[in-house]
Amino acid sequence: MLNYVIRRLLIAVPTLLILIIICFYLMQTAPGGPFTSERPLPPQVLANIEAKYGLDQPHYKQLYNYVVGIVTQFDFGPSYQYKDRSVNDIISQGFPVTLTYGFISFVVATIIGVSLGIVAAIRHNTALDYIAVGATFSAQALPNFVMAPILIYVFTLKLGLLPGGGWNGGQWQYLIMPVIALSTSFFASVARITRSSMLEVLNSNFIRTARAKGLSDRTIIWRHAMKPTLMPVVSYLGPAFVGMITGSVVIDMYFSTGGIGRFYVNSALNRDYAVMLGLTILYGGLTVLFNLVTDVLYAWLDPKIRY
Amino acid sequence: MTLLVAKDLSVNFQTNDGIVEAVQGVSFEIAAGECLGIVGESGSGKSQTFMAAMGLLPKNGHAKGSVTLNGQEILNLPVSQLNGIRGSSMSMIFQDPLTALTPHLRIGDQMKESLGAHRGIGGSEAHRVCLDWLSKVQMPEAERRLSQYPHELSGGMRQRVMIAMAMLNNPKLLIADEPTTALDVTVQAEILDLIADLQKNEGTAVALITHDMGVVARMCDRIEVMRHGGYVESGTAEEIFYNPKHPYTQKLLNAMPRLDVVHEDRGKRNIGESLLNVSDVKVHFPFTISKGIIPRTVPLKAVDGVSFDIAEGETLGIVGESGCGKSTLARAVLQLIPPTDGGVTWLGHDLVSMNRNKLKNYRKDLQIVFQDPLASLDPRMTISASIAEPLKTFRPELTKSERREQVAAMMERVGLDQNMINRYPHELSGGQNQRVGIARAMINKPKLIVCDEAVSALDVSIQAQIVELLKELQDEFGMSMIFISHDLSVVRDVSDRIMVLYLGRVVEMADRDSIYKDPRHPYTKSLISAVPIPDPKIERNRTRLKIPGELPSPLNPKAALRFLPSRLGSKDAGYVPRLDEVAPGHLVAEHDPLEVILSQDPLAV
Amino acid sequence: MGMVKDPARVEAIAENIADAQAVKGRSLWQDAMGRFFHNKAAVGSVFVLAGILLFTLIGPFFAVWSNEEIDWARMANVADVGAPSIENGHFFGLDSLGRDLYSRVIQGTLTSMMVGVVGASVAVVIGTLYGAVSGFVGGWVDNVMMRTVDILIAIPYMFVIILLMVIFERSLFMLFVGIGLFSWLDMSRIVRGQTLSLKQKEFIEAARAAGVGWFVIVVRHIMPNLLGVVVVYATLLVPGMIMAESFISFLGLGVQEPNTSLGALISDGAGTIMYDQIWQLAIPLTFFLSIVISLFFIGDGLRDALDPKDR
Repeated sequence: MLNYVIRRLLIAVPTLLILIIICFYLMQTAPGGPFTSERPLPPQVLANIEAKYGLDQPHYKQLYNYVVGIVTQFDFGPSYQYKDRSVNDIISQGFPVTLTYGFISFVVATIIGVSLGIVAAIRHNTALDYIAVGATFSAQALPNFVMAPILIYVFTLKLGLLPGGGWNGGQWQYLIMPVIALSTSFFASVARITRSSMLEVLNSNFIRTARAKGLSDRTIIWRHAMKPTLMPVVSYLGPAFVGMITGSVVIDMYFSTGGIGRFYVNSALNRDYAVMLGLTILYGGLTVLFNLVTDVLYAWLDPKIRY
Repeated sequence: MTLLVAKDLSVNFQTNDGIVEAVQGVSFEIAAGECLGIVGESGSGKSQTFMAAMGLLPKNGHAKGSVTLNGQEILNLPVSQLNGIRGSSMSMIFQDPLTALTPHLRIGDQMKESLGAHRGIGGSEAHRVCLDWLSKVQMPEAERRLSQYPHELSGGMRQRVMIAMAMLNNPKLLIADEPTTALDVTVQAEILDLIADLQKNEGTAVALITHDMGVVARMCDRIEVMRHGGYVESGTAEEIFYNPKHPYTQKLLNAMPRLDVVHEDRGKRNIGESLLNVSDVKVHFPFTISKGIIPRTVPLKAVDGVSFDIAEGETLGIVGESGCGKSTLARAVLQLIPPTDGGVTWLGHDLVSMNRNKLKNYRKDLQIVFQDPLASLDPRMTISASIAEPLKTFRPELTKSERREQVAAMMERVGLDQNMINRYPHELSGGQNQRVGIARAMINKPKLIVCDEAVSALDVSIQAQIVELLKELQDEFGMSMIFISHDLSVVRDVSDRIMVLYLGRVVEMADRDSIYKDPRHPYTKSLISAVPIPDPKIERNRTRLKIPGELPSPLNPKAALRFLPSRLGSKDAGYVPRLDEVAPGHLVAEHDPLEVILSQDPLAV
Repeated sequence: MGMVKDPARVEAIAENIADAQAVKGRSLWQDAMGRFFHNKAAVGSVFVLAGILLFTLIGPFFAVWSNEEIDWARMANVADVGAPSIENGHFFGLDSLGRDLYSRVIQGTLTSMMVGVVGASVAVVIGTLYGAVSGFVGGWVDNVMMRTVDILIAIPYMFVIILLMVIFERSLFMLFVGIGLFSWLDMSRIVRGQTLSLKQKEFIEAARAAGVGWFVIVVRHIMPNLLGVVVVYATLLVPGMIMAESFISFLGLGVQEPNTSLGALISDGAGTIMYDQIWQLAIPLTFFLSIVISLFFIGDGLRDALDPKDR
């Protein structure tokens, strides 16, 4: 299995590099730079600024410096918009917030989704199953930008139970709604995949053998059915994670949590390419890392790959 | 003493098309220590009977009636109580060993949990019991197997594990549902011997469900013949085989091909000139071993130097077990797979080096019928469209109505009803679909037809009809046939000459009588002795020739020297046994004397 | 040696075919349609969707206000007088800028559905071609093509889309380009998988053995058998497209004013809930949810119909 991990790593690294290169060149080809805005600056000033940010160098050199900076010092360079802050500053301020509620949402979505899926599969074709399927259908249609305002309307404006925004160091009252909004559509997908996977596994020959051996239902489900059931779920976790990252942008906008998602949108609107580039690479790197983890997890579940 | 009593057992299923009555009120008994055979074709309900008894029916299945084990009613018992019985007093093994074991649990763990659940045995005691049973089922390297995963074992080994697992708690009754159908003939013989030994030594009663009359002839004391959900005849083995009363039983016995008796003489066979010459054909596939960081490729030698020729109007049978390369050989001859080496000459033209367009013209005369009737037809085309396709390709000058005429005539010739022209393959039975396949292959009157396990997927009675059809067509149209099968009995019935393949090489080739009456090569002998003959007296008095060890992997470069162990020394590792002509038309591969082979260590290769 | 022993007899048979009631077989499509129409949820959803479509086409004839006209009289006091009413012609009420929500919802729904369908179509065409070629050709070509897809999938596409929208002016065109760049990836994987498994099926081998050329095999045998999978996933792609577009519009990066989409309407509506103008959120949300959920049911129904386990 070690070989498998190494091979996966060898694919991951070029992926990241390609991502960086693509984004970098997208920036370069963009019409208008960060400093060509409404008021045209005198050429002298422009030249000075460009020299300061290293923009006057040939492209490949810029790219090289950039990559080296990231790899050796984890330095994404200065922000174009916030003159006194570097991209790293922005990341270190916002990232922990995003990571916290993102991680919690992910765990919640996975646990609840898998549990619901399993229960629905075991109680196939009963009322519980139909309710579960109906609920997950509806939940899948409720992306975070829909859930967020609804939650705020109900719990903050009407019921006054929860604060409508802010972070306050991550106290639970500030975490609940972001987590619900972010995890809803994902737990629905996870539940559906788990359910159909388990239904298929429960119909397989080796489960029939386990029944013929006189094993209890609990043993059969936990020892024999669980691992094969989870395999497609694990495969889905990669895209699920990417979706959550995307969704965090909305959460930041609505709940003013101060995560990096907000910075991303702001930098997009202000054409602060440095921040955008840095954040895109950060997200990309996280995605690649996460995919690697899920690949390894999948290999652990499947003995044919392990041995 | 009666062990199991079933009275008026019925099973039905609720489907979208209505209620299906799979089992319609059957009654039977099994005495302690006896072997009862339940024989029938697909759809007869033989498996469902015992699934119901074990409580393994799917959710839409319902059972009625009574089944008692040792006097205790077990039919429709609540699961919690049934779990105390199944796996301990009564156990079941299934047909497909490849999917019957949980893939992510080690063998040892799967076996031990059965001990833990029923007898509360764990730890080293459980380990000992498992090891004990693995040796009883003659598992090579038993200790090592316990810590392996199912995918690391071969089909035969997995079935042994299944049997050991079923016997761990010393059940009174072992239900075996088609236990050897998915296995090679030689492996089947060993597994059946194993079950017979267990029956004798442990006193276990056996319910053997199968479609193979040869198997029941060998194994069973009493037999129930099942059809459409009911028993049409019951009796002892002697009664059933020597004095069958019901027409269906008689039909089954007649349809079953027997290795020792050839059904009918076909009269004078018009065999002409040699048409096809295959010379030292090799097909090697690059096989990627992905164990290391950088994957290596080794050649998988599916076909490793086969030569033969076929004359006009003659049938060559190719027989061998899984992995011998017979299907690959057929495809290489037809250039569906490019041969890695060697020559194929058809009517004097070299097919291997021919360019694709020219080759297409010859395809008109070189046709093939496949194993799986349903999979070999495009599910989205009507059967008449499928049959007409070769006409469209090779005779574009025909008008639509001319094509229809030809298709209609061919359909009638193969026994398909005219009003089926607009039917789709999924609406037809396996036998009907295979007739479509034959019609499609025959529509352009080819000179050579390859039948690749063409009857293996069919029920016995249908199989007999299709074999008859093929013989009639050959008599009428005079085409040559290559008949490939793992079933030596059928091959003997159909062929003029027979070629035995082992791991991609020819081990023996002779006319069909010599192969049976005078086999020379040890492999041929073991193959013949393993084929069950549907005749209890003969079958039970046969001595079996068993070659020690499992079938080596084709990746193993020393595999071909299994019958020439004297050459296993380092220098001769790549030695190819030569083919000697021991009698006119009778070729045998070089081999060591039988005693040498039988005494060798099975793990040496 | 003639194929037919008795030409006259064959003539008779042929005639019989012509006028006999040859039993019309039931193709797999017909079977599938039968199963689909048994699925009440799916059929209901078809009606719902058809209803919404009809509404967008006929609705404008009943509109009193256009979608960009500002109702100056009422715009200052939307909270009180902006609620939906029949008398003042604002059937769905006003939005925060005083525009008629009825017409805007119609226009937004149309935009969203169009994006969904066009986006899905682009994904289907590109994805199917790419996947079919990759699966069919096989070998190293297949390897390269699929590695590329793997790498592209790993990129968080939302960000690239946002990047694109920011860099190259906002427009409907850019939106399509952005979504189109990534939506075909999944489809190509699915089609490739299906092509690979089809290629190994015996009936393809039978066609080769019968001398049929590769091109004819692809057109006659492979494409019809791909259709099932493609249709199912295309149907499931449409709601995905709609949601992606809604998300982008929601962020403020989607279609330009005065054009709008359901996503933009939801975004606007979400911003005003604290002023108790819930109709601005509720009505576009209802349309959005109805379309998306219906498409889910239809896609699921199609999948069950075309891929029943008992076949």
